[in-house]
Amino acid sequence: MDLGPYLVLATLEGAVTAAVLALTAVGLSLVFGVMRVVNIAHGEFFMLGAVIAWAIAQAVAGYPAVGFALALVAAPLIVGALAVAADMTILKRLEYDPERTIVATIGLLYIIQQLTLMGYGPDARPVTPPFNTRLAIPWFEKGADGWALIWPWGLGTTSYKLAVIGAAVVILCAVWALMARTRIGLVMRATQADREMALAFGIPVERVYALVFGLGAGLAALAAVLIVPIQQAHYLMGADPLLLSFIVVIIGGLGSLPGTVVAAVLIGLSDGIISVFFSPTLAKILATLLVGLVLVFRPQGLFGGRGA
Amino acid sequence: MRVYGLHAGLIALLLALHFVLPAYHHGNLARVMVLASYAMGYNLLFGYTGLLSLGHALFFAAGMYGMGLGVQHLGLSPAPALLAGLGAGAVVSAGLAALALRTGGVAFMIVTLMFAQAGYLTVLYFGAYTRGDEGFVIQQAQRMLWGIDLSDPGNRYLAALILFGCCLMLSLWLVRAPFGRVLVAIRENEERVRMLGYDVFAHKFAAMVISGTMAGAAGAAYGLLFGYAGATFASVQYSIFPLLWVLLGGAGTVLGPFIGTLFMFYLIDLSSGITTAYMLIAGVALVLLTLFAPQGLMGEVRRRLWRGLP
Repeated sequence: MDLGPYLVLATLEGAVTAAVLALTAVGLSLVFGVMRVVNIAHGEFFMLGAVIAWAIAQAVAGYPAVGFALALVAAPLIVGALAVAADMTILKRLEYDPERTIVATIGLLYIIQQLTLMGYGPDARPVTPPFNTRLAIPWFEKGADGWALIWPWGLGTTSYKLAVIGAAVVILCAVWALMARTRIGLVMRATQADREMALAFGIPVERVYALVFGLGAGLAALAAVLIVPIQQAHYLMGADPLLLSFIVVIIGGLGSLPGTVVAAVLIGLSDGIISVFFSPTLAKILATLLVGLVLVFRPQGLFGGRGA
Repeated sequence: MRVYGLHAGLIALLLALHFVLPAYHHGNLARVMVLASYAMGYNLLFGYTGLLSLGHALFFAAGMYGMGLGVQHLGLSPAPALLAGLGAGAVVSAGLAALALRTGGVAFMIVTLMFAQAGYLTVLYFGAYTRGDEGFVIQQAQRMLWGIDLSDPGNRYLAALILFGCCLMLSLWLVRAPFGRVLVAIRENEERVRMLGYDVFAHKFAAMVISGTMAGAAGAAYGLLFGYAGATFASVQYSIFPLLWVLLGGAGTVLGPFIGTLFMFYLIDLSSGITTAYMLIAGVALVLLTLFAPQGLMGEVRRRLWRGLP
């Protein structure tokens, strides 16, 4: 293949990464924005979503589409409920002190990860996608008799991957609508803008916090359910989404949702393209250094936005 | 005087244990002392200066690889290799301090986390030299310090004790000196310290370099005494461990890091007989500590029994 088809392939793969990353990172960004809490256990909520999706698919084996649809609804709800419980039992008692909550969520990370290891085991397990038609992509090539349409071997995608991108766009629009157009979104934004004032106006801030924490974790779980037919469910799979979400949230500007989405698309696409041409380890080194340096020199993020 | 007596007493007790402990616990205690030196370095920054770093594995690994790569590829003998490890810890921590101290609070935690992660990935990337996750063994012949075989359990214990004793006494002296008092003041109220005319940045910078150098020294000693250097020691887990040990033992107490390390080491040692998921214990301990005992064990002792405990 020439460079061109490679680039198309990398862009498509990158778009899938970006879609899933945007969902995960928006969850993290929401929690940080409203609650001012850095949730280190976010990647483990992602992992839990994938593992629960596998368990549900296993329970209704034989009907992959039914199992997947069920997982798509149930996994985020279960994970969200777990997160709400964690918020009410742990984070609330720490009074959302930024530093102590980081330590507590690190503890939560190990608890979730190791409990999954004990219950689910160390194997990576696949989930069957509900539909998976291969779609070949044509390419133009200049042959002996002018430009011709060819179908290069290996250049193609699956209907499922396109559906993931579509689903992510729909969900992101729904989150935006929730934040911008509903009463509960208004309450969340009020709490984000001024916690004390929100309290004074009779907003039950602690319940809002629990809801936001659950919503953030649910979004991560949803992203995981979408990606699990492409990757496999594994008890250590939470580390990469966590790191990438951090990168996205920081580059996009802490707590700014539009910035987060833009940064997710940027990072997802470039991650796909860079890992095709360079070593993935090198790409990760550069990305982590970038995050560190952005935080040091431009704490408000690369895309302006309000400072954290 | 009572204070110095207590700490000297601990060192004397550890020396006495050298002659009576059975081999298994003897080996464990040597390991705990080296790791406790790492935790004491961490404590200077976290416990006394109030800066929570999530990237100390970078300094530990800098020391370990500064020493290990020197021995492995440059053929250094242990004494200059240890110095190389110490130097690597100092240089890396000074570099990170210059960058990370421009931020504060949560941003400081994330910046240190990110740079440590970049460091870990760098170790993996240069797998040709570092052998990545697999690591490399430092041969017995390369571990002869002035004719003393450091791979011998007895010598290893005493070497660990010397390192531990130096770090303990240095910590004790530092936090009781005016310099340490300023660090505590920065932890309590940075603005007021600045208003009183102290150079806050310089003090924080010095604290971070001393802390990183101590962590580097512990890393270099760990590699040399136990004959192994691997990428695991640069991973996030090894940044979380000292935090856990210090929190458990009591942040901002000189003895806390040792108590915490000892306690946690045996907790994990005992639980690994029951399950492979031993990090679960660490997780539960972290959550319970932040919830119920943010002061840690020695912090409770200070609160209830002895208010002047450093």
